[in-house]
This record gives sequence, C-alpha cells and structure tokens, in this order.
Amino acid sequence: MRTAAAPPAHQTTEAAPRVGASPRRFTRNLRGHTVAWLFLTPALLLFLVFKFIPMIRGIEMSFHDVRPYLGDRWVGVDNYVRVLTDEAFLSAINHTVVLAVGQTVGSIALGFVLALLLEGTVGHLWFIRTAVFLPAIVTMAVITEVWRILYYPSPDGVVNGIIGWFGAGPSQFLNSPDTSLMSVMAVGIWRGAPYDMMIIIAGLAGVDRTLYEAADVDGATTRQRLWHVTLPALRPVFAILLTLAAIRGLRVFTEIFILTNGGPNGSTEVLMTLVYKLGLERNELGVAAAGSVVLLVATVVLTVAVQVWRAKGARR
Amino acid sequence: MNRGYTRADSALGFSALPGAAGRLVRVAVYTLIVFVFAGPLVAVIVGSVSRVPDPSGLSLIPTDFTLENFAAAIERDVLLYLLNSFIVVGGGLALQILVSVSAAYALARKKFPGMRLVLLLILSTMMLPEEILAIPLSLVLSDVPVVHVNLIGSLVGMIVPVGAWGFSILVMAEFMKEIPMELEEAARIDGAGDLRIFWSIVLPLCKPALGVIAIFGFTMIWDQYMLPLLVAQDASQFTLPLALRTLRHDEQVGTGALLAAALLAMLPSVLMFLAMQRQFVKGLTAGGVKG
Repeated sequence: MRTAAAPPAHQTTEAAPRVGASPRRFTRNLRGHTVAWLFLTPALLLFLVFKFIPMIRGIEMSFHDVRPYLGDRWVGVDNYVRVLTDEAFLSAINHTVVLAVGQTVGSIALGFVLALLLEGTVGHLWFIRTAVFLPAIVTMAVITEVWRILYYPSPDGVVNGIIGWFGAGPSQFLNSPDTSLMSVMAVGIWRGAPYDMMIIIAGLAGVDRTLYEAADVDGATTRQRLWHVTLPALRPVFAILLTLAAIRGLRVFTEIFILTNGGPNGSTEVLMTLVYKLGLERNELGVAAAGSVVLLVATVVLTVAVQVWRAKGARR
Repeated sequence: MNRGYTRADSALGFSALPGAAGRLVRVAVYTLIVFVFAGPLVAVIVGSVSRVPDPSGLSLIPTDFTLENFAAAIERDVLLYLLNSFIVVGGGLALQILVSVSAAYALARKKFPGMRLVLLLILSTMMLPEEILAIPLSLVLSDVPVVHVNLIGSLVGMIVPVGAWGFSILVMAEFMKEIPMELEEAARIDGAGDLRIFWSIVLPLCKPALGVIAIFGFTMIWDQYMLPLLVAQDASQFTLPLALRTLRHDEQVGTGALLAAALLAMLPSVLMFLAMQRQFVKGLTAGGVKG
C-alpha cells in the first residue's frame, strides 16, 4: 500500500508557504482542531459535570441559606462569618492546620531518614523497600481499622505493650482528648513516610556520585556531606513533595472519619469532618459549603505559593 | 566482599558499613524498619486465619488456625461488598483509561487554539478532590445536569465521577509527546485517519505508560472513600473499604470478621503493586512533577 512518491500537497512547508497553499492549510488546520476537541470532549465533559459545576454550585450555596423545596435565600457573607467566628469551626481549622503541617513535616523527615538508610542497589534493599512501601499502597480504610486495634487503650493493647517495655504508658491514644490528635497524626506519618521515601530515593539516585567521592577526598564528614551535597541536590524533590502536600494536606477526612469521627470531645474534628456533619447530617448546606470554599481557597493559595517557590528555585 | 560497593555509592554510606559490627547494626536497623512498617499488615494476614477473641489482639504469630473468620465475614455479605468494589474499580478504570488516552492524544499530538487553557483546567481539577466538593457533588449526583438522572444509590454514581483524572491524562500526554511524529506522518500519507493513527500507531507504543496509569488508577479508585460514602444509600451498595466499619465486631469471631474482610480489601492493591512495581515507581516521580 505504501506509495513511494509523496503527494504534492505535502510539499507545502511551514517556512515558505506558497500562494494558493494557505486556504488548503487553513481547512487542514480546522479539521485538526475539530479532531483535537472531539478527542478532548469526554474528559472535559466529565470534569465539567463532576468538578466545575459542583465547584460553582458550592460557591453559590456558600452565599445562600439553602432550603430545599422552599428556595434559597441570599444571606451575603453570613455563612463565612459563621465559619470564621464559630468556636467549632475555629478549632476544626486549627486541628486541620496542625495535622497538615505535622504530617507533611513528619512524613518528609521520616521519609528522608528511611531513604538514607535504604538507598542502594543491593537485592535485599529492594525487598526491604517493597515491604516498607506497603502502607502507602493499602487502602486507607484498612490502615485505620488496623491502627484502631493497635491503639487499643487497655494495657494489653499492642502499642501500649510496646511502649510498656520502655516504662511508658498505658496511654488512651484515640480515646483521650489529650492524645487523640497526635495519635491520628502518627498514623498519617506512618502511611505518608514510605511514599515520600520512594520519591526521595528516586532523587538520591540522581545525585552525581563523583561529588561524594570529591567530598571524601576533601575529608568531609558524613554530616557535612549530607548538608552540602545531598540536601541541595534534593531541592527539586522536596518541591515535588511539598506540592503534593499542599494539595493533599488540608482535605484530610477519611482517616479521621474512621478513627475518631472528630471525637473525643471534638479534639480531632477537622474542617472536612465538620463540613460533612453539617452538610449531610444536619442539612446546614450553606454553612457547610462556605467551609468547603474556605478549604478550597486555602488549597489554591498554598499550591500557588509552593509553585512560585519552586519556580524561583529552578531559575537560580 | 562488597565488590565495587563503596561509601560513595550512597548519600549515607549506610549500606556499605564495614565489618561484622556494621553488618549487625544493619540487620538490626532493617529488622526494626520492616517490623514497624510491614508488621501491622502482616498481622492482618495472620489475624485473619487465627482465632482472635480479644478486641486488642493482633499478633505476628499465628495461633489456633481457623477459617471461621472468613465464614463469618461471608455471612455478613463481604462477598457482595467485594463484588461491588470490583464492579466500581473495573468500570471506573476502563472509563478512566479510555478518557485519558483520548484526551492525551489531543494534548500531545495536536496543536490547537485554547490548548494552554485546557491544560490549566486539567491541572486545576487536581485541587478539587471529592472531599472539598462533597456537599455540592452529592446534589449534582442526585440530579445530573441536562440529563436529570439520579445516581445516588447506584454504583454508576461511583464510577462516572472518577472517569476523568488529571494525573492520568497528564502522564499519558507526557509519554505520547515522545513518540516520533514521522511515524504518524507516514501513516497519514498512506491515507490513515486520526482514529486509525490513534488506535493502531500511537496507542500500541504507549504500553509502558498504560501500565503506569492502570496501576495508579486502580489504587486511586480502590482507595475512594468519600465518593462511595456520598453515593451509597444502604449496605447493598457498599464497597469493601466502606463496609469495614460495619464489621468491627462479630458475635461469633470478634474482630476476626473485620480482619478477614481487611485482608480481602488490601490484597488486590498489594498484588497489583507487586506485579507492576516498576511502573509504579516511574509514575511516582512523574506524578510529583505534575502535582
């Protein structure tokens, strides 16, 4: 089927458009554009219906007292005032930020340590890395149910047994307002660190080996080597991890919902669990929507900030 | 020993610690790490086939082998939940892959006005997870615009919203850009249309990337919690992760039923991961670059 000679239409080059060729190119472009939009249609349609329309309706609802069957009533910024002054919301915002920061920093720090210990090409390291990565791959619902059992608050609970060897405990963990938020955070770090480890190991593999040799020749200590060679080389990797954290950090829901559902005594209530309760259990849709919009704005601001920081670093 | 493997091969030089003492330290550290991270999940496997009458009981050592936990779990409809999960992940993944490759083809192989805007829109969807949209999304699901269908209480409501995923589209587009244009032009000269070029030239060359988006799509859909929570109206529509909460205590086998169900809920993603680890690691870094 292959024809040896190219058809004349193909001789039109971008550099020297000949007279009479441009209308043909115009129709060809037009056809190309139509094809492109056709191929994009399913994705754009799904995004429109399940992402952008809900987003717009959420913003709209946040300015209304939403009353099914009675019609919505415009209330201006009342819902936002409530979100930003109400005791329950303020403490939820506080918990969300503490949790997001703690889990991000904790996961990256622990992930970095794990990466340093498990970097290498030897076969058994690959096996250990795979085992360590399992928490990141298993569905959150399983992780949290397992930790509920591990955290069992009696002295014969598993974690209590282990800290008992060191003379600590027994702790109430999820059952006491004093320890509940930290306990939830620990689960998040436990699940997040292996993920960060994998990304950091990929970054470590790209560090120029001759730099290490040079550092050794210069008599640098391990700490100097980490500080002056490894960490600077990992900057793009940390930018990736922070980008992911900015997007994921604030919307925490599932683990709280399963582990404590905001309790005890509201000590682990985060923005999303509160929004869920208000919106779907108490039908205060307007206030719930305002809470979500606040979360969305915070996410966008954070993401843009990380991107700006990243772009600055790339230019340097 | 350690042929060619020196301190300069890794940042810390930990895996090249010399001598017997070094080896001992290494083994101790590795054991501790594996115990902390894999231990709890191994305990699920062990617990699912052991008698666990005590609600605090989780152990790495099997005691009293039994299959009763699974029997109890099955009695409580775990197979139905598992089936629901498979339907959702099967349908969702098929749709997601189709939508992704099609959109990626347009983004990677075509030039058209508005492309930058489309890219920006796709990137912005990554800041709009189900959690943040939960309240209005549940309203949209109960009355889908234009077609006015109610998807609440139907598995379709858990499948269609995950059909378009920015991550998959961008990973796929990134990969498709690498396929040389000459291949496509040659086919065009032979008279092939876009559909044929897409289907029989571009797509077959994308197999590695298809692996990446398949494994990530699978874990993403399997891990969905908010969406099934919004859509399910009663237990008959629960996916397995959603149903775990209802299985915490069983009259006959205590936490055994939960552990058996948990094993079933973690096994598919673990097996997928073990089978496609290479693609997964590739996607990890690709995903990060795209946010």
